[in-house]
Amino acid sequence: MEETTVSAPDDLVRSHAQPGRTLLAILHAIQDEAGYVPPAAVAPLAKALNLSRAEVHGVITYYHHFRTTPPAPVTVQLCRAESCRSMGSEALAQHIEAHTGCHFAQHGHDHDHGHAHEHAGPVALESVYCLGQCALSPAMMINGTLHAKVTPQKFDALFAAAMTAVARNEEAA
Amino acid sequence: MTRVYVPRDSSALALGAQAIAEAIEREAAARGASVELVRNGSRGLLYLEPLVEVETAQGRVGYANVEAEDVAALFDAGFLQGGHHARSVGLVEQIAYLRKQQRLTFARIGITDPLSTDDYVAHGGLEGLRNALKLTGAEACEALVESGLRGRGGAAFPAGIKWRTVANAQADQKYVVCNADEGDSGTFSDRLVMESDPYVLIEGMTIAGMAVGATVGHIYVRSEYPHSIAALEEAIARARAAGWLGDDVLGSGKRFELFVAKGAGAYVCGEETALLESLEGKRGIVRAKPPLPALAGLYGKPTVINNVITLATVPIIFAKGAAFYKNFGMGRSRGTLPFQLAGNIARGGLVELAFGVTLRELMFDYGGGTASGRPARAVQVGGPLGTYLPESQWDIPMDYEAYAAVGAVVGHGGLVVHDDTSNLAELAQYAMEFCTLESCGKCTPCRIGSTRGVEVIAKIRKGDTSEKQVTLLRDLCDTMVSGSLCAMGGMTPYPVLSALDHFPEDFGLEPASASGQPAATAA
Repeated sequence: MEETTVSAPDDLVRSHAQPGRTLLAILHAIQDEAGYVPPAAVAPLAKALNLSRAEVHGVITYYHHFRTTPPAPVTVQLCRAESCRSMGSEALAQHIEAHTGCHFAQHGHDHDHGHAHEHAGPVALESVYCLGQCALSPAMMINGTLHAKVTPQKFDALFAAAMTAVARNEEAA
Repeated sequence: MTRVYVPRDSSALALGAQAIAEAIEREAAARGASVELVRNGSRGLLYLEPLVEVETAQGRVGYANVEAEDVAALFDAGFLQGGHHARSVGLVEQIAYLRKQQRLTFARIGITDPLSTDDYVAHGGLEGLRNALKLTGAEACEALVESGLRGRGGAAFPAGIKWRTVANAQADQKYVVCNADEGDSGTFSDRLVMESDPYVLIEGMTIAGMAVGATVGHIYVRSEYPHSIAALEEAIARARAAGWLGDDVLGSGKRFELFVAKGAGAYVCGEETALLESLEGKRGIVRAKPPLPALAGLYGKPTVINNVITLATVPIIFAKGAAFYKNFGMGRSRGTLPFQLAGNIARGGLVELAFGVTLRELMFDYGGGTASGRPARAVQVGGPLGTYLPESQWDIPMDYEAYAAVGAVVGHGGLVVHDDTSNLAELAQYAMEFCTLESCGKCTPCRIGSTRGVEVIAKIRKGDTSEKQVTLLRDLCDTMVSGSLCAMGGMTPYPVLSALDHFPEDFGLEPASASGQPAATAA
């Protein structure tokens, strides 16, 4: 994620804060383009919408979906809800941690959800709660692509493919 | 030209359907076979996905659990003529799991191309809207009251009464809002509607708009459902182009516009007032009621807010009549419910049946028991805020009142099966943890009660099974049930107390008494 590929926060706000759009819709548009909502976008957003910076910050941090830092090149989102638990998602989580050497963010102990997305290195592990594939548990997303009936072996193959794709992209860049 | 169907539903995609579709096109081209590939919706027989179907003179022949690597062998086996292969499941319509269902809301799923307006009309689409346009708003509301349809999102409030309230309200602008924030684990029926038959939702919302005098509708879809959002946006654009939406709905001179809004990963936004706040672009904080959304909803205007299945059931009621729909079901639970078989189950999927079926029939006759092959132990019905039902309760008919009588909830008909390796104390602690993660924070019993709940259950699980701790947990649950503003805090105790009452041994406590009569639950 090179800085040059991301528009400046002011430009992001200018191009997405169109009349009639709610703050939530604008934040989605910014994150869809930049990969996250840069903290420097808060002030121009507040000005554009005639809100206080606290209100804008409040909305960004309320929702799990919004990130305030760039996403990791490989982001694994494992469902930890009841249906996936009944099919061994907790054992799968342990396998994933051991296999990747990373840890799932513990956002249960932190009310500022932005922290849940912090990561070091190329891999981030995140817990999510229901991807709507409950008849085919356990489910996960890797870089936004959905996978169902995931076994440890299947995860290893999917993860290796994602890492290879990242390495290829870096070479190309 | 042979028509081959490969679903575009996200369950099929999550199991490699895209690669299968590409492999079929590649293989057909290489062999010079003439194939028309249709990307249909899912039949809801999710245990068979990816389910590839081939149209033959006898009907559509299915090939289940197909992998991209199977495609060449399928061609070799003559699957374009319905030839036999290890993946064959015969005529799809004859599969007992599907044949025995009573598909009303889901009459079209899997049969049609979800985005084809022609397919939709050819399979009974728009009949309901055309009929509704002949009625006055008041007559339409009364027809819905007469059908007995109750809110399918979980609260089971009579939909017609809600519509009537909005219709009678005076305002310069009214709204129809669809709650598509399907965040409950164990549910996917809303998603199936949106991805496999989106026009039925559009039609249902348009009927709602006509009935109550609303000209604008919003569908609030969770961000975890990108495929649903894409399908709806495309379907709305096509519906608008076909004159089904816009300034002159089906030439009636009436206006109805529809928009999709994307959620942002907050479970509590499935609660209707939090959803409205979020739809306005704010933090999804629960509002105190009254005023009801029917009188002061979106931007303070009268608003019909219903869940996806409720609105998607409206067209068939207006197409076939209230009496037809009311004829299904039992007691005050009229019509059908799309049950969702999930979790540790051999044959997971969507089973639409009239109310009155039992959990045992659903789990075994349809679901085929657990996926692990071990004995089933507990079933959570109605999502993360529903109770865990032990085997002694598996023969209660699925009926809102019969479930309420034992302190359980039918909810939206999602059921998650757990086998005998499950630990209900762990699941109870998880229920409280989930509440700490997702509480909007507005009311104290939910925000702080859930944190204290995690602590108390952790203490009990560590071995402090003194009467004091258990009393504390029950007292805390009582405070949450009675003192929370919405179902998030008010119902989190349901799974916790049902686990404690029916599976005390998992907490290190004495097993439930032999009579099988646990202490009274919170409800």
